[in-house]
Amino acid sequence: MIGAALRRTLITAAGVVVAVLIAFAVSSIAIRVAGADPFAAIAAMFDFGVRPIDQVDSVTYWINRSVALFIAGLAVAVGFRMNLFNIGVEGQYRMAALVSAFVGGQVLLPAPIHLTVIIVVAMAAGGLYALVPALLKVYRGVNEVISTIMLNFVAIGLAAYLVRGPFSGRREAGRLATATPELPPSGHFPDANFLITMFGLPAPRGAGLYGFIGVALVAGLVIWLLLERTRFGFEVKASGMNSDAAVASGVDPRRMVISAMVLSGMVAGLIGLPEIMGRNHNYGTSFTAGLGFLGIAVALLGRNKPVGIALAALLFGFLDRAGTPLQFDGIPPAVVEIIQGTIVLMVVIVNEVTRRIVLRWEERRAAARLGEVPAGAAA
Amino acid sequence: MTDTLAPTRPPAVELAGITKRFPGVVANHDVEVTVAPGTVHAIVGENGAGKSTLMKILYGMQRPDKGSIRINGEVADFRTPADAIAAGIGMVHQHFMLADNFTVLENIILGAEPAKAGRLDRKAARARITALSGAHGLRVDPDRLVEDLGVGDRQRVEILKVLYRGARILILDEPTAVLVPQEVEELFGNLRELVAEGLTVIFISHKLDEVLRVADAITVIRRGTTVASVTPGEVTAGRLAELMIGSELPTPETRESTVTDTVLLKVSGLTLDQPDRRRLLDDVSFEIHRGEIVGLAGVEGNGQSELIEAIMGIRHATGAITLDGVDMGGWPTRRRREAGIGYIPEDRHRQGLLLEASLWENRVLGHQTVRPARKGIWIDRKAAREDTARIAEKYDVRAPGVDTLALALSGGNQQKLIVGREMSGEPKLLIAAHPTRGVDIGAQAVIWDHLRDARAAGLAVLLISADLEELIGLSDTLHVILRGRLVARLDPGDLTPERLGSHMTGAAAEPDEAGAS
Repeated sequence: MIGAALRRTLITAAGVVVAVLIAFAVSSIAIRVAGADPFAAIAAMFDFGVRPIDQVDSVTYWINRSVALFIAGLAVAVGFRMNLFNIGVEGQYRMAALVSAFVGGQVLLPAPIHLTVIIVVAMAAGGLYALVPALLKVYRGVNEVISTIMLNFVAIGLAAYLVRGPFSGRREAGRLATATPELPPSGHFPDANFLITMFGLPAPRGAGLYGFIGVALVAGLVIWLLLERTRFGFEVKASGMNSDAAVASGVDPRRMVISAMVLSGMVAGLIGLPEIMGRNHNYGTSFTAGLGFLGIAVALLGRNKPVGIALAALLFGFLDRAGTPLQFDGIPPAVVEIIQGTIVLMVVIVNEVTRRIVLRWEERRAAARLGEVPAGAAA
Repeated sequence: MTDTLAPTRPPAVELAGITKRFPGVVANHDVEVTVAPGTVHAIVGENGAGKSTLMKILYGMQRPDKGSIRINGEVADFRTPADAIAAGIGMVHQHFMLADNFTVLENIILGAEPAKAGRLDRKAARARITALSGAHGLRVDPDRLVEDLGVGDRQRVEILKVLYRGARILILDEPTAVLVPQEVEELFGNLRELVAEGLTVIFISHKLDEVLRVADAITVIRRGTTVASVTPGEVTAGRLAELMIGSELPTPETRESTVTDTVLLKVSGLTLDQPDRRRLLDDVSFEIHRGEIVGLAGVEGNGQSELIEAIMGIRHATGAITLDGVDMGGWPTRRRREAGIGYIPEDRHRQGLLLEASLWENRVLGHQTVRPARKGIWIDRKAAREDTARIAEKYDVRAPGVDTLALALSGGNQQKLIVGREMSGEPKLLIAAHPTRGVDIGAQAVIWDHLRDARAAGLAVLLISADLEELIGLSDTLHVILRGRLVARLDPGDLTPERLGSHMTGAAAEPDEAGAS
C-alpha cells in the first residue's frame, strides 16, 4: 500500500501527462487544417540535426531556453501558491535585467563578487518592482492582476526609455540598436559546456550552455525548501487554501501578500540573467521578451511544484526549439504556439478533473476505513 | 384532524429495501420508510447514521443500488433533483441557500422566474407568493431584503421557495438547528398548517423532544438501516435515544464548581461601531475566572461572532481586553494565540480547517509558531505527525491516517480534530464557538468530557452555543447578548431553555411571547 500523499502526487502527474497527450491530439487537427501532416510535424519536432555538433547545438538551445522558463515558472508559482496572480513577472524581469545589466556594467570587481552583485541587484530590482502592486493591494485593495498588467506596460515603456537615455552605452557607428554598456569579463557567467564535453561530445557553438543553470537549480531547491518545509511556506499555503482560516490562525494577511509578491518578483529578477550574463552581456533590443507570460503557463503545467515546473519548462523549451525544424519542413511554426496554448487549456481542465478524482478517492478511503469500525462505538 | 385522511390514500412516500453502497462502506441498507400523506414524519438518527444519504436518494441526488421509491403509490426513478421536484418533492436545506442582497420575492422566484413576453413578471410572482403565504400561514414581507431577515424568517422564505415550485412533499433537514425555542414553536405551527392543507412533511432531526412534539410518526435510523417505526404516543425520549444509539443519552451537566478567584480574561467596555447602523458590540464587559465556563447565549447575529473575533484580534474593537492581567490591546492574533488562547471557530470550514490539506497540516494550523509544530524556521513534520496521531487517539478522530485530507472526514471527526488541536499546548483560555455543532451524540460526549476535564485543570472557557441545553448544562455563568449588548447575567442552576430563549429574544418580561427580531 503506497502512502496517501504519494498516491495523490501520482494521480496528479498522470493527469498532466494525459493533458499533454490530449493537447497534441487536438493540435494535430490544427496542423491538418494548416495543410500539413501532423505525424510529419511531430517527427520534425524531434529532428535535432544530423551531425553531432548540430545535435549538441539543438540540445543546448533547448536546455538554455528551459532554464529561463524554469525560473519564470518558479516566480509565478510563488504567487500562485497563495492565490496571488502575479501577471507582472514579465515587467519585473525586464526591469531587473535592465537595471542589473546597467549596474553590472558600471563596476569592476573580482569575478565572484561581480557576479553576486549583478544577481543581488537583479533580485532587488525585481522585488522592488513587485512591491508596488503588493502595496497597492494591501493598502488600497487594488486587484493585483490589474495592477501588474498595467505595470508590465509601464516596465516596457520605461525600459525602452532608459536603454536609449540614462542607461544607454556607447552606440555603435551606423547602428540604431541601443543597449546598456557592455559587462566587463568579470561579469560574464562562465558557461557549463563541460557538462557536454565530458561525454566526449563537441562543445556547442556560440555562447554555449548557460552556467546559470546551476543558479537556477539552487533557486529551485531553495524555493522548494521554503514553500514545503518552512513556517513561511506553511503560512503561504494556508493563506492560499483558506484565507479566513489563515487569519484566524494568526497569519497576517498583509504581510503575507507583501512577502509572497516580493519573493515572486525577486525570483522573476533572475529570469533574464542567463541571457544577460551568459550571452548578450548587455541589455539591448535583442533581449528575449515574453518569458514572464510563458512562466504562467509553465507554473500552471508544473502544478506550482519545483519538480513539476522543471519538467514543464523542459517541455515548453522543447516546443520552442521545435519552431525552427518545423519551418525547414514547410510547416508553419505557429503550430508550436497552438500546441502550447492547447496544453495550457487542457491542463486547466484536467487539473480540475484530477482534483475531483483525488478528493473523491480520499473520501472513499476514509469511508472505507470507517466501515471497519462500528459507527457509534464511541461513548 | 390530519390522520383521518391517511387510510384512504396511498402513502405519500414509500421507500422499500433501499440499499446504497459506496466503495468499502454501506451507507444505507434495507431501509423501509412509509410516510402517510398529510402527516409530519420524523426521521431520527445520529450524524453519520445515513439520514443524509437517504434524503439525497429521495431528492434524486443519488441513485440507490437496490430498492424502490414510490411517490403517491407510483414507482419513481429519480435521476436528478429536477425529477424529484417534478414529482412534487421539495428540500429545505439545513444551511440556507439564499442570496442576501436579493429581496424575499427575488429569492423565491430565483431559478423559476415567471416571464411574460421574455420579461420578468413580478406581478404574477407577487400574487402567487401572497397566495401561498396566506394559505399556509407563512407570513413574510416579499419586498424585504433577505440580509435584514432573522433566521426564522429566512427559513420561511426557504419553505416558500419549495412551495412555489409546487412541492407537496417537503423534506426539512435539521430545521431547528439554528432556531431559538420560540422560533421552533412558530416553525412547528407552520408545519401543522402545511399538513392541514394536505401537504406531507419529512422532518429530519436528532433533537428527540422536538420530534416527539411535532411528529405524527417516527422512523429511527441506526448504522444505515431503519431499526424502528413508532408513533410519539408509544415512546419516550429516553427510549428513542436508546433506539438511536443503543445507550443512554449523555448529558452536558457539569458537576461541582471549579471556579477560582483568579480573573483570567477581563473584557471591559468593548465597543465595535459600524458606519450608519447600530453598533455590533456596545459596551460589553465581563470576566472569566480560571476553571470557569462562561456561556454566551444569543440568537445568531447579535454580536457573538464579532465578540470572539475581537478577543482573537481578528477584528479591532475599542475597549480593553486583558489576559491574565496583561493588556492585549494591539496584539496581533498570533501573539494572542501564543499567549495561550485556544480557538474553536463557529464555522469550522471557514475558519478552522484547510480542507484540501492533510490532517497533520491541519494540526499545525494556528500553532505554526509554537512547538511541536515549529523548529526554528522549519515546520517539524515528524513531531506534527506524531502529535496528530496522539490527538486522533485521545479524541477518537476516526481517519485512515495523518496524511488523509481533512475534507474526507465526517463533520464530527473534523470537529474532534479541532478540539484536540486547540486543547493541546495547555491553553489558558479556550474560546469555544458551537463546539458540538453538527457532531453526533458519541462525539458530543467526548468533547464535553474534554471541556470538563480542562475546566477542572484551571482552563477558562468562553462558550457560545445555539444548543441551549449544552449552554445551560456546561456553563458556570451565563450572559445573554442581544443586539451587541450583554442584557442579562443568569445563573444556569435554575434556568430552563424556555426562559433563556425569552431572554435571547428580548422578551424576558413576557416569557410566552416571542418578541422582536
